Amino acid sequence: MLEKDVLVIGAGPAGLAASIEAGKYGASVLLVDLNMQPGGQLFKQIHKFFGSSAHRSGTRGYDIGKQLLKEAEESDVEIWMQSTVIGIFPGNKIAIEKGLDSGEKEMVTMQAKKIIIATGASENAIRFKGWTTPGVMGAGAAQTMINVNHVKPGQKIVMLGTGNVGLIVSYQLMQAGCDVVSLIEAAPKIGGYAVHAAKIRRAGVPIRLQHTIIEAKKGADGCVCGCVIAQVDEHFQPIPGTEETIACDTIALAAGLKPTMDLVKLAGCKLTFNGPFGGYIPLHNERMETSCEGVFVAGDTTGVEEANTALEEGKIAGISAAEDLGLLTADAASDKRAEIWDRLHSLRLGPFGERRMIEKEVVMDEYKERIGTPSPIQ
Amino acid sequence: MALINTGYLEYEELESIQTLPSDERYAEGPVAIIECVQEIPCNPCEAACHFGAIKIGEPITKLPTLIGEKCVGCGMCVARCPGLAIVVVDKTFTDTTATVAFPFEYYPTPVVGEERNAMNRKGEIVCKGKIVKVVNPASYDHTPVVTVEIPKEFADEVRTVERI
Ligand SMILES: Cc1cc2nc3c(=O)[nH]c(=O)nc-3n(C[C@H](O)[C@H](O)[C@H](O)COP(=O)(O)OP(=O)(O)OC[C@H]3O[C@@H](n4cnc5c(N)ncnc54)[C@H](O)[C@@H]3O)c2cc1C
Ligand code: SF4
Ligand code: SF4
Repeated sequence: MLEKDVLVIGAGPAGLAASIEAGKYGASVLLVDLNMQPGGQLFKQIHKFFGSSAHRSGTRGYDIGKQLLKEAEESDVEIWMQSTVIGIFPGNKIAIEKGLDSGEKEMVTMQAKKIIIATGASENAIRFKGWTTPGVMGAGAAQTMINVNHVKPGQKIVMLGTGNVGLIVSYQLMQAGCDVVSLIEAAPKIGGYAVHAAKIRRAGVPIRLQHTIIEAKKGADGCVCGCVIAQVDEHFQPIPGTEETIACDTIALAAGLKPTMDLVKLAGCKLTFNGPFGGYIPLHNERMETSCEGVFVAGDTTGVEEANTALEEGKIAGISAAEDLGLLTADAASDKRAEIWDRLHSLRLGPFGERRMIEKEVVMDEYKERIGTPSPIQ
Repeated sequence: MALINTGYLEYEELESIQTLPSDERYAEGPVAIIECVQEIPCNPCEAACHFGAIKIGEPITKLPTLIGEKCVGCGMCVARCPGLAIVVVDKTFTDTTATVAFPFEYYPTPVVGEERNAMNRKGEIVCKGKIVKVVNPASYDHTPVVTVEIPKEFADEVRTVERI
């Protein structure tokens, strides 16, 4: 059976950083991802990233991805693409449906001394009358279409949601030559960063706060031909009589993300519910270890945040795995972790980050209380 | 803050939060205006300025401040800011006109000599503008910085040109 020191699942910023770090200290690392290209979210992000210049912010997402891939190669990380982890068993045995160059799939079972789960997050759906009509899609899907496949999802777009994803994808749709007719937001204020909202407003696109979509209108061709919006009250309920119809051929939904938990659950990691982080997340400690001994988590899987925080958490997971493999002394590992926690701390300041900083503490306190010391995968 | 309800800054709001160049500084020529008013974890503008004219410091969430005397109006920060929140304004361009240099990431890229509608922060047309400069070197990484000439009285209002 194939054996590796570390298996990293998910090749987004978190998984790549974890692989690079563990590889750097001499661990043999296998990184698997079900996508065609490594990089996770990064390769569809054609915008310049905000964040710290120490994390290459001001650089476009895909260029950050390319740089990480180069570093992963330099650290001798083995990467399997189009390969999906489908099982995690006691004794750290893992089942992978491996993608072969021929396009075929092969079932591989392997054993990893340490497992790092960095499977990211997935988009939330919003249900309204007609929400399954062709032309209604996730904002992430629209973004993949324009930036990866170079196909416009439609010409006249209505975007639901004004978080950073809704704002950034709206901007990119305009760059691709689509008309964004309106952004619709149920809350009384814009969710994402003002600088991103300002780009949208400057382009003359209205942002309708305290409104929601109540229906997607279906045209003669069976596809979206418009959407009905309505004002909402303070309980986010549509107010009768305030309906308006907007002509459009695409409705993109940017209603938040939730952590991708399938593998965390398969491994039997103990979970906790955390609203600000997007839903159920694995309990973990300051070493990014879960309730399962030798199983670490990093990035959006531990709570939806940003590429910067995903990178830093990935590094912590990589360092902790290397430490447990005896490749790094406990002192060296905790010094390195302390440095990273300092950086994470400064990334989680300000009106947008504070809440996440507090919630991270809550999660780690709960870990201490409920778990204390991790135990092997059952 | 009106900004989080409307998505755009009123000039008064900007003035109350950011350090804008003094009249004396404006009189000396092109200078950067930083329209970034929320404490977000972001600082590439600080590293972009080779003249040390933008200060954020620690922690990274602090607002950027412009040190007007150090700014030479070169426009590097305009291209590097991921929020597209910085412009360079020259109120000395001619006796009657000013220029605004702004990032413009839409096609078609404006060309020198072209006339386009100049727009304010809300996306409303303010006046006609004439494109006088377009800079797009590799170091700007696909963010052309476009300079538009407009009547001087609109220098604090115009922030972009119309997409066509
Ligand atoms: C529109 C948009 C704009 C953004 N802009 C910014 C920005 O400007 N600055 C910033 O810091 N952040 C930004 N982000 C956020 C950032 O992209 C994410 O927070 C970051 O990518 C999370 O990294 P990750 O490694 O945790 O997950 P991801 O990047 O999502 O990677 C997870 C990977 O795991 C793989 N995977 C999942 N399940 C399996 C399985 N069973 N087997 C194998 N592989 C699996 C997936 O294929 C994926 O490649 C943006 C996000 C979006 C959507
Ligand atoms: S315009 Fe040039 S000198 Fe002025 S702040 Fe920006 S980068 Fe610095
Ligand atoms: S780079 Fe732009 S968005 Fe980031 S802090 Fe500087 S001015 Fe604000």
